[in-house]
Amino acid sequence: MKSSLWDKGFHLFAWGCSLVLVAAVSIILGFLIVKGYHTLAPSLIFGDTPFWEALLLRRQVFDGLFPAMVGTLCLIVLAIVFAIPLGLFTGIFLAEYASPKVKWLFSLVFDILAGIPSIVVGLFGFSITLFLHHCFFDRLYPCLLISALSLAFLVLPYMIRTTQMALENLPMDVRMTAPSLGATKFQNIFYVLLPASLSIIVSGIILSIGRCAEDTAVIMLTGAVATAGIPRSVFASFEALPFYIYYISSQYADHSELMKGYGACLVLIFICMILFVLAHWIKQRLAQKLLYRS
Amino acid sequence: MVREKFPKFVFMGASLLSVGITLAILGFMVALAYPLFARGMFWKMLIQPWSPDQDLFGLGPMIVGTLSIASLAVCISLPISCGVACFVGIIHPRGKGRTLRQMVEAMTAIPTVIYGFVGIFLLVPLVRELFSQGSGMCIFSAGIMLGVLISPTMILFFIQSFTLVPQPYLNAADALGANTVQKFFYIVLPCAWKSMATGLILSFGRAMGDTLIALMISGNAVGFPGSLLDSARTLTAHIGLIIAADFDSIEFKTLFVCGICLYAMTGIGVILVRFLAGKGRVK
Repeated sequence: MKSSLWDKGFHLFAWGCSLVLVAAVSIILGFLIVKGYHTLAPSLIFGDTPFWEALLLRRQVFDGLFPAMVGTLCLIVLAIVFAIPLGLFTGIFLAEYASPKVKWLFSLVFDILAGIPSIVVGLFGFSITLFLHHCFFDRLYPCLLISALSLAFLVLPYMIRTTQMALENLPMDVRMTAPSLGATKFQNIFYVLLPASLSIIVSGIILSIGRCAEDTAVIMLTGAVATAGIPRSVFASFEALPFYIYYISSQYADHSELMKGYGACLVLIFICMILFVLAHWIKQRLAQKLLYRS
Repeated sequence: MVREKFPKFVFMGASLLSVGITLAILGFMVALAYPLFARGMFWKMLIQPWSPDQDLFGLGPMIVGTLSIASLAVCISLPISCGVACFVGIIHPRGKGRTLRQMVEAMTAIPTVIYGFVGIFLLVPLVRELFSQGSGMCIFSAGIMLGVLISPTMILFFIQSFTLVPQPYLNAADALGANTVQKFFYIVLPCAWKSMATGLILSFGRAMGDTLIALMISGNAVGFPGSLLDSARTLTAHIGLIIAADFDSIEFKTLFVCGICLYAMTGIGVILVRFLAGKGRVK
């Protein structure tokens, strides 16, 4: 009898915790939606400017989220372009070439890199900018390029880990076929192993994009500003959605600006959720393909 | 032969570059904080208070603030994560549990700044009304929000470690007529506690490393916090707040001391995790 009481208590505890968590998430999302849904209109993004002129960059958008969204997009693209080759190559090296000892040491280092707080990476980017500014280029200030590089360092360990895991988890028969037909190691990697693990790698890349889109601490120190318009070059400062939200939350001047902050939150959540679902969908499709092939 | 060697060198170069970046981050910070080491101020700074008027640039309050906020977050998140992980992993592996698990996974995609934003406009006024003291921006508010932020990490880790428990053990327990709570305490916990500890350490590292929530809702006062309802500043927020770009000032150098502290704390966490994993792998 006593043990059954314990059992009931345990069930109750698990139920209670789950309800608390679900309630917390619903409150957070519900609060944003209730407060911000009426701001969701084309004017939230484009302000008073007609949207085709904004999209063609013919006229600047002053009171909309458009510059921040473009800034975030540029940032993501640049960061991912830097991070993909480095992460992919390092992952391949760890999975296919490295000896066990090297692998142990390197993956320890990358675990540490994954654990470094993003603000420290931002500080690194910031101090590098100052260093270069003092010593080499007078005209270099915190800018889009530096932010993108720092973000690339931030997502690098995820990229490495996904590539390495994807390659290491390939079944033996996939791994052995090409070499037994006389392919070299590089041919095997390039023509067989990478294509076979492509979906996992791609979903890892998409998750990294999500991290680039949401991170605020890095760009805060490396060049994001409140008003910059659309970035003209990689050496210009820029606006970004998460920084905009942070800025609004501390410096909003009036009610309408605050409302735009709520709108920006919804837009950012929406973007992140789309990326998340996309990554999940690609992974699921791969799982199904594996299930039905064998 | 050259065609075979070339890719290998490219791959090796890339990995050396990646390792180099990791070490360069530490190296850069140590180099920039070096004058403080040379003057023997580094260790004293870790306990001194921060009051620039008296030429004291200690980081003691920030370290206390970081540790207290992160510990509170873990204390809030640990029981909830345990309960949810049991719900998903043991009580309802399908159906409701799967839906809940998908929700937890989706939670990892919610940006940090969103938690901070909701914290400012929902939680802080609530805490202010409830305790009718101060501005509501305090360790307590930041701890709650941070607890919500780290719980998905912790839950997913716990669920993962439950799956490492060998199925025959569970079947044997079922055959002996064990109920859920007995199964949990006598089989799952002894098998999975090391891996759960790993999750705990990593979540603590995540809580310490988070900038936005602490910066936005913990109030950023520089004194030593006395109670949970006092405002505090974390190491990360301290880095985020300073805008001084004067290379030679001591304030600027303290940023790098903060950076070194954070790097060291998370690095020790990772090494601890390695140690745990190496000692007792459940497989």
